[in-house]
This record gives sequence, structure tokens and C-alpha cells, in this order.
Amino acid sequence: MADYPAKLQEYLDDFSFITSREERVDYLIAIADEFQPVPESIATKPYDEAHRVIGCESEAFVWALERADGTLDFYFDVLNPQGLSAMAMSAILDQACSGAPLEQVAAINGEVVFTFFGRDISMGKGRGLTELINAVVYQANQRLKSA
Amino acid sequence: MSDIGSRGYANPDKLVSTDWVAARLSDDNIRIVESNEDPLLYPSGHIPGAVEVDWVKDLNDPLRRDYLGKAGFEALASRIGITPDTTVIFYGDMSNWWATYALWVFELFNHKNAKIMDGGRLKWAEEGRELTREKPVISPTSYSAPERDDSRIRAFRDGVLQHIQSSGQLVDVRSPAEFSGEKLHMEGYPQEGAVRGGHIPGASSVPWSRAANEDGTFKNAAELSAIYLEEIGLNPAEPTVAYCRIGERSSHTWFVLTNLLGFADVRNYDGSWTEWGNSVGLPIEK
Repeated sequence: MADYPAKLQEYLDDFSFITSREERVDYLIAIADEFQPVPESIATKPYDEAHRVIGCESEAFVWALERADGTLDFYFDVLNPQGLSAMAMSAILDQACSGAPLEQVAAINGEVVFTFFGRDISMGKGRGLTELINAVVYQANQRLKSA
Repeated sequence: MSDIGSRGYANPDKLVSTDWVAARLSDDNIRIVESNEDPLLYPSGHIPGAVEVDWVKDLNDPLRRDYLGKAGFEALASRIGITPDTTVIFYGDMSNWWATYALWVFELFNHKNAKIMDGGRLKWAEEGRELTREKPVISPTSYSAPERDDSRIRAFRDGVLQHIQSSGQLVDVRSPAEFSGEKLHMEGYPQEGAVRGGHIPGASSVPWSRAANEDGTFKNAAELSAIYLEEIGLNPAEPTVAYCRIGERSSHTWFVLTNLLGFADVRNYDGSWTEWGNSVGLPIEK
């Protein structure tokens, strides 16, 4: 089984030491503050529905562009201005997966959502964020199949 | 949107504007409560002085599928610094789904001195009003609550079954695709485990969002009457049950029918489709 991308593992290690909800939330908000929506050079609104993350109520979109070395650059947008959790998850995925080996990106298990957000998020929120991860994993798998 | 008092609501006192709240931020008799689906929103910025009530952590029993009991509610009320006389103003994300849900739970404990801030969190933010990350320092209060009363505004599975057998009024507030059985979950939401699709026999379909304007405020009474009375023919004097997937969207409709249109007897079936659609032997229509 492939390792996870190094930056993702770093985040997972950080969150595994968190014991209080307040600390977890503060860390996630700090990450959400780093969220950068997709630049207009990549996509402009209204976005192509093919990039929509089905199952994410915060209206998240994902794009994947291939680098010269065969890895992917991921871009995200979250249309719901109150979709902070989706923004945090997008920022993590952007930092962790852009430029990472495709095998590592494809190996990410959606369950890592609960390492980041804890088990006390709503089922709908948890599964919506999982779908965001699945969208990135899907892109990596597609590139691996076509390679 | 017009002034709340001019919209023709049956009980306009249950709704307050962002202006009203902004003018009372330091009123000790008022407690502002934010209730969201997204757990990051309140800590990222909230109305100054507002406390958070989390629907998972604070309102639900940690083991059973049920709400908190008397002791839990008293502890919650103490933590957020309210007494039975405190006016509680709820607001939140998702056009106040979770705010109306929290208000509904508070009314199970007969805390009726509770209101909704029209338009919720998004309207406050889009008006450029102050949001702070500073948590208020709350002095715990002593709150003696009655036992939770599930008899007035809450419906259970067997009661709903009796209700439909006597052709009672039933409103399904889920999306049309969920109502028809095409989807087992809300559009844009993931599957949450119902084994069967469709709706409770006899239910009328009125998605909750039809009661709200694009900015999250509630439609006026004439617009609401056109939907619930004229279009689907509900009688405000007859018992009515609202349901959705887990009871959160239907609490929004419960609030509309009860407080804005003045229906006499509305119950929220919080078991909703995740119970009905998974129960053995219950009747279903598509």
C-alpha cells in the first residue's frame, strides 16, 4: 500500500495529537483562512458542472491539471460562503496533493475526514467532505489508468 | 424584504430582524444563540455576545437517538446563561434550519420565550455587521426545567401511522426527487442510509426552501398562504405533521406553519425518512 502524500501525513500527525474540540476547530479555521479559490486563468463562473463535487452541500468544485512530471495540480472553489469546513478540506488537499506522486494521492482513504474533523460532525457533513477527497482520488486514479 | 410587522404573520413576535438584534447586543435579558451545521462557523466569527448551541453535541443524547433530557437541558441552559425569563434569539447557517431546530428543542422544554433572527447568519454577514471570534464570558445560571414534553409539537412513528390512517395533514419538506423516491437523500447531500425511497402515504410535497427568500428571510404571510393553504390545501385548524430526513428541515416548516401562519397543531416528526424509510412493514408511496 502506498504512503500518503508527505504533507497530508504531516497534517494527520498534527491532528492525531489534538484532544480538544476547541484546538481542532481553531486549527481548521486557520487552514480554511489559507484557502485560495481556483484562479480565473483555470476556470471562470459559472463553472462546468463536470467539476462539481457531487454530495458536497457547500457547492465545492475540483479541477486537476497535469504537470510536466506527470503529477497533478489541484484547484478548488467553494461557492457557499459559509462552507468553511469544505474550504479547510480543500486547502489541505491542495497543499497535500498538488505535485504529490499519483499513487499516494490515489491511496487516500476518505476516512481521514474524521481525523481532521472528529467523529461528532453530522453524517451529512462528514460524507460531503469525504466526497471532496474522493473527487481528488478519482482524478489521480484516472491519470494512473491513462498513463 | 419588508418590515416583519407588515408581513401579516400570525405571530410576528417570534421573528426579529438583524436591526433589532444589533440594537440589543448588550441587553442582559437577551441571549443570542448561534446554531449551525458547520462546526467551524461560530468559532470563525459570530455576533458579539452570541453563544453556540451545537445540534449534535448539545441537543442530542450521546447514545440514544433522542434529544437531551431535563438534566441535560438544565445544564445547557446554565452554560449559556439563561433563565426561563431570558429571551433567546436563535440564528444560524442554512437559512436558519439549525436555528429553528434548536428553537423547536427548546420549546420541548417549554422555553417559549425564543425567537428567530430573520435571514440568519448569512444576512447578518452580508450586511457587513460585526462578527467576532471573541467568546463571551457567561456567568452560569440556575435553570429549573420541566420534563421534556414530547406530546405537543413532536410526532413519533406510531402517531404518524395513526395520523395517516385518519387522513391527517402531512407535509413532506424534502426535495421533489426524495419525495418521488428517485433519490434516497437530499440533492447535493450524500446518501444517509434509507433502505426505501418514496414518501409517507398522503403527504403533500412542499420543499422547505419554498418558505424562504433567496436571502434566507421568510416569505410574507400571503406568499406562504398561497403555498400551504391554496396550493396544497392545508387547513390551519387541523392537526398537521411535517417531516424530512432527520427532522431539521421540517423544523423550519414547523416554525413557518406554527408561528407565521398560525396553525393550531403542528408536530415535527424528527424520526422522519431515516426512520420511516428503514422501518419494516410501514406503508410507502412513490
